[in-house]
Amino acid sequence: MKRDLILSGVGGQGILSISFLICHAALEHGLRFKQAEVHGMAQRGGAVQSHLRLSDTIIHSDLIPSGQAHLILSVEPLEVFRYLPYLRPDGIVITATEPFINIPNYPESATLDGWLNQLPRKILIDAKGIAQQIGNPRVANTVILGASAPTLGFEPGAFDTGLDVLFGKKGDKIVAVNREAVRAGYEVARGH
Amino acid sequence: MAGHLTLLGNEALGLGSLHAGLSGVFGYPGTPSTEVFEFVQSQAEKMGVRAIWSANEKVGYEEALGMSYAGKRVIVTMKHVGLNVAADPFMNSSMTGVGGGFALCVADDPSMHSSQNEQDSRYFAEFARIPCFEPSNQQEAYDMMRDVFELSETMDVPVMVRMVTRLSHSRADIIPSEDILPQKPLATGHDIKKWVLLPPHARIRNMQLIEKQPELIRRSEQSRFNALTIQPGATLGVIATGIAVNYALEVLADYPDPVHFLKITQYPIPEGLIRKITDVSNTILVIEEGYPLVESRMNGLFGVSGKTIIGRLTGHLPRTGEMNVDHVRRSMGLSVPQTGVSIPDVPGRPPALCKGCPHADTFRALVDAVAAYPDNRMFSDIGCYTLGVYPPYQCGDVCVDMGASVSMAIGAAAAGVYPAISLIGDSTFIHSGMTPLIGAAKQNADITVIILDNSLVAMTGAQETMATGDRLVNIVASLGVDREHIALLNPLPKHHNENVEIITSELAYHGTSVIIPQRACIQGLKTKGN
Repeated sequence: MKRDLILSGVGGQGILSISFLICHAALEHGLRFKQAEVHGMAQRGGAVQSHLRLSDTIIHSDLIPSGQAHLILSVEPLEVFRYLPYLRPDGIVITATEPFINIPNYPESATLDGWLNQLPRKILIDAKGIAQQIGNPRVANTVILGASAPTLGFEPGAFDTGLDVLFGKKGDKIVAVNREAVRAGYEVARGH
Repeated sequence: MAGHLTLLGNEALGLGSLHAGLSGVFGYPGTPSTEVFEFVQSQAEKMGVRAIWSANEKVGYEEALGMSYAGKRVIVTMKHVGLNVAADPFMNSSMTGVGGGFALCVADDPSMHSSQNEQDSRYFAEFARIPCFEPSNQQEAYDMMRDVFELSETMDVPVMVRMVTRLSHSRADIIPSEDILPQKPLATGHDIKKWVLLPPHARIRNMQLIEKQPELIRRSEQSRFNALTIQPGATLGVIATGIAVNYALEVLADYPDPVHFLKITQYPIPEGLIRKITDVSNTILVIEEGYPLVESRMNGLFGVSGKTIIGRLTGHLPRTGEMNVDHVRRSMGLSVPQTGVSIPDVPGRPPALCKGCPHADTFRALVDAVAAYPDNRMFSDIGCYTLGVYPPYQCGDVCVDMGASVSMAIGAAAAGVYPAISLIGDSTFIHSGMTPLIGAAKQNADITVIILDNSLVAMTGAQETMATGDRLVNIVASLGVDREHIALLNPLPKHHNENVEIITSELAYHGTSVIIPQRACIQGLKTKGN
């Protein structure tokens, strides 16, 4: 079993928490992993990405080679396209649809929709809307995390102990709403 | 998996040090090195270890050398350009040698993700004639530290551990040792001939260092971290160093023909192993993360007769930038897989100052104040505020190295530039800005130094600064700056007009003035809030 995924977003959006939770689930499943992340200057509102590789055998490179990623998992729709060269021809894009606009030349929504439409395999998720329905707009990232589960071969429960580790200090309610968000994202993705 | 830990390369190195009898860590923050120190710091109390941030890398190196002198195992952490600052004690510590095991953990930044250059620290190790370990993965970063300290003590030399961004900031599962070594006792002896580098002693120490070299090479050749695999029938040899080992191994798994393979992660260069792989190969591909060190040493001035050595110098691999699997595939004549979709032209999303950043308010005031001086020049420095160079602020014409904002402004002012404005953060000022300011104050140089006091080391993740608030003001005054020309600002939008006036009046003064905008970093406030 091998799964290479790129996580993308904008500095401050919290993609490192998503990668933490996937790595945690991978360890519990007896998988090896490597996860390369970005620190320092780029974290200040710039484009950030994380290369995440899961495998049941040894993983050499910390970076995913071009055309090899099974999945681009993005918390921001424009950022998907920065990493498209990594996606394998039969790979899938899963992204939140809410744009994060902090640059003057951000594409018009029609342009961006056109780019998204031409992707052969994609799951576009109104993560913010789903999070609001659940009752906490801050769990949008967790919805996206849940949507990655079918592609990674995980059940939604796979992230439960990781969520305990990450959010346990903030109380049972926060853990519970994040678990609900994982399941909501999972259901959206499973339908595809 | 039971017993496994999930650690960044930097954290694995920190844990490896702790488990190898470490007594202390010193250093100065700098991406990508910072988490080595921070990991040790997080365990310091539990493990009874000292973790002390230093004013700059030179100070940190010397503090660490002092701990080693006292018999204890110690590490000092810095980024590659930090080693330039610490070059004086570094070069001389190879002459004194060590007491307790001494490891310099230096993190290079190939591709310059967060740095001014991509200098390769392995050259520094060679320059100082000391061993260098270059872990290829997180497990090695952990495992190597025992060998590093042992080698340091046995051979009486400091040892460099060279990390690179990609390993420093990549997480993987590692298996720690069950056996944790105790700390070493305090040393009792005196050895003036070793530690006092007066010329008569230094000449002897230099000779001794030279005499150690064959043994250091022999140890590299026999190291468990260097490995040569000879494949019957192969004509191609591949030599990979450090993290490039991973890229090579990933591509070799797809390569149709047998290949001889030499992994190098301990230096000095294992000459015997290189001779062996060269003897049995027609072509040798050298894959290195960093400069072509091994490749250029192999070629010498004239190449190796009858052999073709290829790599970064021959254009088979890129001359600069981070190595990766794609580069290695191309260098070996393999195609690079492509995605099936056409790729649009995606606009860049560069980093920017955070919303609500105090620097932004200072820059807005500065821009209005200098409008009267179209010939102004701004000398910026290393930190978040370097981002002020970009629109909408465009505050900064120069940024070279830590502290250069002050010294270069002095030189430019002497040449006739007016107004010459330095922009420097509180931590960078303590690191290397104080020394030039002493000279500026003494000669009353016609410069305006703006020390952006956000009360912490922001860019590298909100480490504590050595001087902020009144303490910083008092330091500036004690360096000789006239208190009449030390002005404080509160960088908030509501104080904009007042701030423009203060800056305007100090720019008009023909002498050394220091303006200190004081407001805490909003990221730091968030971190503390958590």
